[in-house]
Amino acid sequence: MDYLTIIQILDSMLRLSAPLIFACLAGLFSERSGIFDIGLEGKMLASAFFSAAMAAATGSVWLGLMAGLTASMILAAIHGVASITFQGNQLISGVAINFLASGMTALIGQNWFRLGGRTPSLSGDSRFLPIDFPFTESIGKIPIVGPIYSDLLSGHTILVYIALITVPVTWWLLFRTRFGLRLRAVGENPEAVDTGGVSVSFLRYRAVLICGLLCGLGGAYLATGMAAGFIRDMTAGKGFIALAALIFAKWRPGYALYACLLFGLLEAIAIRYQNITIEGFGTIPVQFMQALPYILTIVILAGLVGKAIPPKAGGEPYIKER
Amino acid sequence: MKIFKGTLATLFTLSFMGVSLSAEPAIIYDVGGKFDKSFNESAWTGAEQWKNETGGTYREIEIQSEAQREQALRRLAEGGSNPIVMTGFAFGSVLDNVAPDFPDTNFAIIDFVVPHPNVKSIVFKEHEGSYMVGLIAGMTTASNTVGFVGGMDIPLIRRFGCGYVQGVKAANPDINVIQNMTGNDPSAWNDPVKGGELTKAQIASGADVVYHAAGGTGVGVLQAAADAGILGIGVDANQNHLHPGSVLTSMLKRVDVAVYNSFSEGENLAVDQVVVLGLEQEGVGFAVDENNKDLISAEVLAKALAVQEDIINGNIVVHDYTTDDSCPVS
Repeated sequence: MDYLTIIQILDSMLRLSAPLIFACLAGLFSERSGIFDIGLEGKMLASAFFSAAMAAATGSVWLGLMAGLTASMILAAIHGVASITFQGNQLISGVAINFLASGMTALIGQNWFRLGGRTPSLSGDSRFLPIDFPFTESIGKIPIVGPIYSDLLSGHTILVYIALITVPVTWWLLFRTRFGLRLRAVGENPEAVDTGGVSVSFLRYRAVLICGLLCGLGGAYLATGMAAGFIRDMTAGKGFIALAALIFAKWRPGYALYACLLFGLLEAIAIRYQNITIEGFGTIPVQFMQALPYILTIVILAGLVGKAIPPKAGGEPYIKER
Repeated sequence: MKIFKGTLATLFTLSFMGVSLSAEPAIIYDVGGKFDKSFNESAWTGAEQWKNETGGTYREIEIQSEAQREQALRRLAEGGSNPIVMTGFAFGSVLDNVAPDFPDTNFAIIDFVVPHPNVKSIVFKEHEGSYMVGLIAGMTTASNTVGFVGGMDIPLIRRFGCGYVQGVKAANPDINVIQNMTGNDPSAWNDPVKGGELTKAQIASGADVVYHAAGGTGVGVLQAAADAGILGIGVDANQNHLHPGSVLTSMLKRVDVAVYNSFSEGENLAVDQVVVLGLEQEGVGFAVDENNKDLISAEVLAKALAVQEDIINGNIVVHDYTTDDSCPVS
């Protein structure tokens, strides 16, 4: 495994991590405000479908992105109404959203395009194309540092860079603004926030909608950035991996980035296993590499990385004292 | 959900029994789906062609999971469909169980041999077709590196890969062939994202022609190849039109002809036999049309046609991976 191979794997890692980062931060906002959300998967899937469908219909990826964000935020609002206004069970509402999105996208897709639940292949302006940084040709020739710039950092779609920027923005929003302080407080102790004269419901609604927005970005990236079109169930468990990453990261934006990059790295290695032999170690079985992300998830969830304490009021609907 | 499905199944069976007085042919598509732009879509094309030409009707089922294979097959057989065509090796073991239960129904299976008196097995010499596209790839590559992306890792797909490598090496023994399989379960037939990632990895390693035998996954392979400005090679159906100018050629496997012929024979389907379709029977081949005519030079085409003639005459024997589960070259 030479240096360029490592660069290529890291490059692949960035591409594969981006949807996880979006979904993980989406979950972070929601859960920090006390609303558990296992519907990340469904929201991403809905966004992936509607962004690809709109992009295919209009030829504009930006209109597609808008459609995807709208679809995802509508589902988020449904989750909000069920779990905030009607104080329903948040897990059940999340499961319902996952089922709804999985069935709805396949059904509508088949009805609209008659391609077996798939959208037509996108090309040109109807998808996000890689952005090449300036001077990649000349800087790429510098040994060691050059490939990092020209191969690893350059040449991704704009949504990958947005995903990376979203991490510090999330941190700033949560830990350096009044809104963030209140958001975190409402997930820990909603009574205190209510006593302080701040609306618990309004705060939670905003958190849930931000969650929808970020899931929408993740889904749109899958269908219009990473692939060129929607296919049935294309999220393939990414929403759940993101939830695992969220717990791994102990509900902190910085750690969330590392956790998502780690999962992305494992996926990138698993995809390329056939090209990699480790000297003096022999061959790692294919199945092991493919199972590794899930094994790691179990290890993480079993609490072997230290105690992960969720927001105290998570999963509990807030009922105002009468 | 289960009860609902059960009820639905019963309703289906009932409606089938009620309607089908005269036998209709039926087709079952594999997990990749009817519109995979490849194997199953090719089968669908054949069925549609039969429908348009004869004005007849046929029944079809797209299965969604492994468990549905036997259900779907039994449902169609109980409903009186005849003959029943199924696309894909994965129906082999299921058909082996089901065929004896319906001795009056004729079955046709593509890509697998099931020895029963009421089954017609249709197999293709994919290694011959793959040899041809490999040869063209070998004569076209500038970087002396070409790639192969398989779908599910099964002997059938290894046969594609092995034939391809032999063709490439016949053009130039020094060419390096990078081979990858998408996965070990049927989801590997429908994972364009992973197909794209594998292709990007091969391109990064220098490949400038990538051949896929991966059903729906191949959509991602051809997309990644077109995006990177290199050449892809399609499979099963003619995929040259997917990215005109970026698909070097397609390895044609005339599943459509097999389905069309089976439907045409109808209830008189010639069963209890194995039909092998190779270059000679035009069951496999490579596609040249207006989308790729500029990519294949007259010289390359002439050479390819000469080699094709040699294979048909038996002067060149392409090794079949499935005969001994090994490939002489890699």
